[in-house]
Amino acid sequence: MATLNLVQSITLTLQQAMQADERVILLGEDVGLNGGVFRVTDGLQAQFGEDRVVDTPLAESGIIGTAIGLAINGMRPIPEIQYEGFLGPAYDQIVNHAARYRNRTRGAIPVPLTIRVPVGGGIHAPELHSDSPETIYTHSPGIKVVYPTTPSDAKGLLTAAIRDPDPVIFFEPKKVYRSFREEVSEDDYEIEIGKAKVVNEGSDLTIVTWGASLFECLGAMDNAPDDADIELIDLRTIYPLDIDTIAESVEKTGRCIVVHEAPLTGGMGAEISARIQERCFLHLEAPVQRVTGFDTIMPFYKLENEYLVDAKRIGSAIAETLAY
Amino acid sequence: MPKTTAYQATIEHISILDEHANFDAELGEGVMTDEQALHLYEHMVNCRELDEVAFKLQRSGRMGTYPQNKGQEAAAVGVALALEKGKDWIVPSYRENAALFMHGLPMHYILMYWMGDERGSKMPEGVNVTPLSVPIGTHMLHATGIAWAEKLRKSDGVAATFFGDGATSEGDFHEAMNFASTLKVGVVFIGQNNGWAISVPRSKQMNSETLCQKALAYGMPTVRVDGNDIYAVHYAAKEAVKRARAGEGPTFIECVTYRLGDHTTADDARRYRDEAEVEAWRNRDPILRVRKYLTAKGSWDDARDEALKAKAKKIVAEVVDAAINVTPPETTDFFDDMYQSLPEDLRKQRETMRTSSLGQNPDQVGLKADTAAVEGR
Ligand SMILES: Cc1ncc(C[n+]2csc(CCOP(=O)(O)OP(=O)(O)O)c2C)c(N)n1
Ligand SMILES: [Mg+2]
Repeated sequence: MATLNLVQSITLTLQQAMQADERVILLGEDVGLNGGVFRVTDGLQAQFGEDRVVDTPLAESGIIGTAIGLAINGMRPIPEIQYEGFLGPAYDQIVNHAARYRNRTRGAIPVPLTIRVPVGGGIHAPELHSDSPETIYTHSPGIKVVYPTTPSDAKGLLTAAIRDPDPVIFFEPKKVYRSFREEVSEDDYEIEIGKAKVVNEGSDLTIVTWGASLFECLGAMDNAPDDADIELIDLRTIYPLDIDTIAESVEKTGRCIVVHEAPLTGGMGAEISARIQERCFLHLEAPVQRVTGFDTIMPFYKLENEYLVDAKRIGSAIAETLAY
Repeated sequence: MPKTTAYQATIEHISILDEHANFDAELGEGVMTDEQALHLYEHMVNCRELDEVAFKLQRSGRMGTYPQNKGQEAAAVGVALALEKGKDWIVPSYRENAALFMHGLPMHYILMYWMGDERGSKMPEGVNVTPLSVPIGTHMLHATGIAWAEKLRKSDGVAATFFGDGATSEGDFHEAMNFASTLKVGVVFIGQNNGWAISVPRSKQMNSETLCQKALAYGMPTVRVDGNDIYAVHYAAKEAVKRARAGEGPTFIECVTYRLGDHTTADDARRYRDEAEVEAWRNRDPILRVRKYLTAKGSWDDARDEALKAKAKKIVAEVVDAAINVTPPETTDFFDDMYQSLPEDLRKQRETMRTSSLGQNPDQVGLKADTAAVEGR
């Protein structure tokens, strides 16, 4: 066991994956000597050499497009995109190529590829460094979308993603990168992609969330009335969606709030609440609520806390849903 | 048949005022007056002072991440002088603040931008400058489009766009170059080759020894200049602007330069750059050589220099005050310019932004009116 923050846990996972499998290579902007702008790949080029930890030219389409080629031809590439805001130039490669190869070739050419991307707001970053685009890729069939929050979940999920035979986007909430440490096993372990985690068991209300918002939910739960027994679910994987865990919980509690940083319209909250009403309609005691970002551009950092969901907004949602 | 040469090209390099302040009288003849040189000098000094103060603001927690321009001021001012304010356009990245100031952007707007305030990008009337471009290598297409519109309207405005060496690896850069060249529109592409894209040196970024070679691929006139020499930059920019105005199409100028600071305040360049390399470039500072040259020539002196620097300090202090004391944005500020008129649904989100979704629909059957009481329980 080691006590690690999210960055350290991901570094360790990458290191172990590279040790275990020669096909694994890292590529991206500044991932080599500089160790990535968040230092997630720090020390790995020194350990594994410039052929396996590659500073690429500044071109996201190039990074993902060549990673697809590498994957097709037997490698296990792990490209890093520096911030979620720079996925744009790679969109075509991800959605029109990585996501489609297997299906287009009826299984003949799979693309085992793990795209690592720091995501989300809350670190006072400049323009286009704080977005939450997970739904864009969730709505693009053929890709798995993983979004862990804790260091130990990240390790198991990243290991599973690297070994997954299909393309995975692995979002890393940058606000959580260095926010806390926990015990992480140095042993080899996987956490199944597509399985949510019940963080806290409860019987009155279910909260479903992921990423940095998890801590806002915990804050809101601390402030909730003592007799409110709240079940908190960390989704961990956005696609495939673990609707079973959610439905089981909502059948028990009858009330549900979905919390996410991304905008409201067309966000995962919409999908989850639709699924809940399909699966649990007769169990529902209150409408499913969404506490989310707004349908606006993520503001610059002076106002980012006005945009980001916080414990207070979640707290009112808890009160209203319980009172309904 | 014997093999023949299918294509051959040479790329010119221009240097007029070198790092030792030697001036090439022949090439430099008539490039700019001493008065103009002093004007550029003043802008460079102001910009440098802003950079130094901005660094301290970041370090003391009063500003977010900031990319210093330090060392690259000559390209900005040398190009800006060749453009007509209010008529031509500047489509920048983030390392040419001085050009934007010369074209009317108030200096405190740049600080506001990096202090996390969108109003720093609200260009005042008559300032033909697009906002700083964070997505690297993507904005040059807009310059091509802007110049295209000039051509369609049969006017002769020019669009100048700045970007780094790393930016020339992005696909959009190549599309911008190809469009501009085939449409024959008046764009001046200014590649600021500072040798590094964060930690990635030019040699890993591209196998081309010069950025100019990329212009050759698009059949575009190109020239490489000492980017720390205001005379060389201006010489090339004047020619490029003339060509653009005459309807003869785009030009690519490579300015060879160096960033004396870290990539941004979030970076530590010591991780990947040799101190000896930085030191060598400190001696090639674009500001020092202008001062030296004009002083030797008798057009400038130490007393005036001191006065200018004192003035720069005063200007920047006022700029910092203006940026820090700007009225905070309304908490709903980020809704208001999403569209010209806010869709009804978004207007409602704006009004109820501090409430949950049920709170947005208070007349819903089943919602107890006294949730406030529950909340306070
Ligand atoms: C599309 C995109 N990818 C990555 C980044 C992150 N990033 C910011 S600046 C930079 C390097 C830019 O290098 P260069 O174009 O040479 O300009 P310089 O900073 O040296 O002036 C990178 C990779 C970004 N802002 N946008
Ligand atoms: Mg550069």
